[in-house]
Amino acid sequence: MIEVKDVSFTYPNGVEALHGVSLKIRDGEFVAIMGQNGAGKTTLVKQFNGLLKPTKGEVVVDGVNTREASVATLAQKVGFVFQNPDHQLFCETVEDEIAFALKNFGFKENTIKKRVTWALNLLDLKQYSKTSPFMLSGGERKRVALASVLAWNPKVIILDEPTIGQDQNQKNRLQQFVNQLVTQGKTVVIVSHDVEFVAECNPKIVLMVEGKILAEGSAKQILTNSYLLTQASIVLPQIAQIFTGLAGLGLPTDVINVHEAKKVLLDFMEVDS
Amino acid sequence: MSFFEGLRFRRVSSPIHRLDPRVKFFYVCVLFVMAIMFGGTLKNPELLPLIVLFFIQMPFVLVAGVKREWIRSMRGAMFLAIFIFVFNFIFQFISGSYDSFALLLEYSFSMTLRFLVLVESFSIFFLTTSPDHLGLALEQSHVPYEFCFAFTTAVRFVPVLADEAQTIMDAQKARGLELERGNFIKRIKNYIPLLIPLIVNAIRRSLELAEAMESRAWGATEKRTNLYVLTLRNPDYILVVLSVFMLILAVYVRFFLPVPSLTVLLHI
Repeated sequence: MIEVKDVSFTYPNGVEALHGVSLKIRDGEFVAIMGQNGAGKTTLVKQFNGLLKPTKGEVVVDGVNTREASVATLAQKVGFVFQNPDHQLFCETVEDEIAFALKNFGFKENTIKKRVTWALNLLDLKQYSKTSPFMLSGGERKRVALASVLAWNPKVIILDEPTIGQDQNQKNRLQQFVNQLVTQGKTVVIVSHDVEFVAECNPKIVLMVEGKILAEGSAKQILTNSYLLTQASIVLPQIAQIFTGLAGLGLPTDVINVHEAKKVLLDFMEVDS
Repeated sequence: MSFFEGLRFRRVSSPIHRLDPRVKFFYVCVLFVMAIMFGGTLKNPELLPLIVLFFIQMPFVLVAGVKREWIRSMRGAMFLAIFIFVFNFIFQFISGSYDSFALLLEYSFSMTLRFLVLVESFSIFFLTTSPDHLGLALEQSHVPYEFCFAFTTAVRFVPVLADEAQTIMDAQKARGLELERGNFIKRIKNYIPLLIPLIVNAIRRSLELAEAMESRAWGATEKRTNLYVLTLRNPDYILVVLSVFMLILAVYVRFFLPVPSLTVLLHI
């Protein structure tokens, strides 16, 4: 469980990125942190694995105060996949890249081998195991970055802007993958302003504005509340826009994703006919 | 990263900021030469002139209003300064060729202060000169435009690279990299996961920049003209005269006057 207790954070250059943020993320919960650029989303999740330590207040991860543990210790529990895979790839082969963290955490040689193979299979990268990560496409590099974090099987997985620069196919795959992680009981935290992607994933949403938490709630509650979303400079998901517009027809207004929309519309038409 | 902060230009206006960059550079060179001229030997260290050189620059810092940034750059240089002090001290101590402990201390200190004077003058120069002005100055000193452009771009990208280095460091720390772990060799090796992404990204970015420039017709005309032309004004002439005067004075002191060491002066 991650507990954020009244955390404020100021960067060394004087920018105040968080003001008194409190938040609880339970084990196995799927949370999306949303808000416009500069709202403090990334600053907040960087507190979870100790990359940043709160200026005021405290962050407790599984009973450990982040102030009292090193990033390397916290990272074993909290895996963080950065936005841009190019900020972390440096090895000669994909295999080495995935093994890097495992070596850092002191896993045994044969465990490392097993875990690397497992991660390669998980993200469909087996054919690239001996390829240089720099030769791969953007989407593949992203998957390598993801595999290199999942390899040590952290309890919590943070994905910072996972959909940036990804085509629709990659997004769909990512969505399936995230759902898979959630069903496996992992705690997944995604930071995103890709409202369509979040609507499809249907997580709990934490809405941030100017370093504060504006609202918390289910995707349905938050993503259909145009008042809240306007404050956070986010637009309603397209499906929600359609359903809000058609409210006069007696359709429900709390529909946010395609799957649900299809069901609701089919039911509606059956009743009609 | 704080050292880079000390060299980062902020757009403010002050009499120092408005000075011609060529003149400012000349002043920095004069200070550089003076700092090299003094320092003395182990028998007769010359701490006094270096102290003077250090404080002579304070008015510039105050007038330019860059006190905070200047302090930050000085703090950034502290690590290397301490390094210089300790090494001078240890090696001269081992060599045993010093007359008194006070002289040894003064010598080590003057070597350190010499370094600080150099950092100080360069810091003032970069803090008060915008990269654009710098490029303009180079161009109007008849340096080929390609070199000027490369130079200004390099300067402009320093903060970008510093930010990127920070992100890369975070990304690798999140994968369990501990920079402070292991023996000396291991610690150097720890930097490989930071350097490779940094270099690869820098090369990628430079290629992108090149393409973006070419698509905006970079180098299409042989002869370029500038919107702004640097002209020397009265304050610039004053600084030139002042710098030349300081240089002459320093040369005079160097060759014709004895420079006593602080130790001798204070009878320690």
